[in-house]
Amino acid sequence: MSDTKKLAIIATKGSLDWAYPPFILASTASALGYDTEIFFTFYGLQLLKKNLDLQVTPLGNPGMPMPMGMDKWFPVLGLTLPGMQGMMTSMMKKKMASKGVASLPELRDLCQEAEVRLVACQMTVDLFDMNTAEFIDGVEYAGAAAFFEFAGESDICLYI
Amino acid sequence: MADFDQELDASGLNCPLPILRAKKTLNGMESGKVLHIIATDPGSVKDFEAFAKQTGNELMESKEVGGKFEFLIKKG
Repeated sequence: MSDTKKLAIIATKGSLDWAYPPFILASTASALGYDTEIFFTFYGLQLLKKNLDLQVTPLGNPGMPMPMGMDKWFPVLGLTLPGMQGMMTSMMKKKMASKGVASLPELRDLCQEAEVRLVACQMTVDLFDMNTAEFIDGVEYAGAAAFFEFAGESDICLYI
Repeated sequence: MADFDQELDASGLNCPLPILRAKKTLNGMESGKVLHIIATDPGSVKDFEAFAKQTGNELMESKEVGGKFEFLIKKG
């Protein structure tokens, strides 16, 4: 077992787009035989909710490709209009489905099937008064020292 | 294309799904058996090479046929 490679990921972001890298990398690493753990902290904890209601926002993100030249029509202030975030989110989801990109619940299920360890940061859970009943089953709760126990032995460690 | 024992059509699926489906299918196969995979994701060409190298399964064949990518992987 000692020559099994290990991947440790810290997931810190809770938006639809940034939810992908941790789950894609963790599920793929597991398929390649890695022993994998994701430590979810701060906004990353949103990725553990049973009901994944993640949004994407173009605000503060000039790199986001906008459909139909919307970035030309709408100045930045236009992107703050009510409903804009919901519209961008639903367009992004449609785009992903049309390109055969897995949905987040599917990728997360694949991670769990592959026995990726999902660890929630206990401190953040307390800080934000999060209700752990809203989280999926199989989540472990721990802190920084527990993360280092795994990450210290890892071959790859990513902060996302 | 050589004979194969099982087939996986991953057409229309994007990274990392072709690899994950292939891994799952291989899990249910015996050592030495051959899996034929069809994919449309151009990234899968490099990915299946890398997958084979890292998992000890043999990539026997990799080719493009009419805009689709086909692979033969022998379970190690």
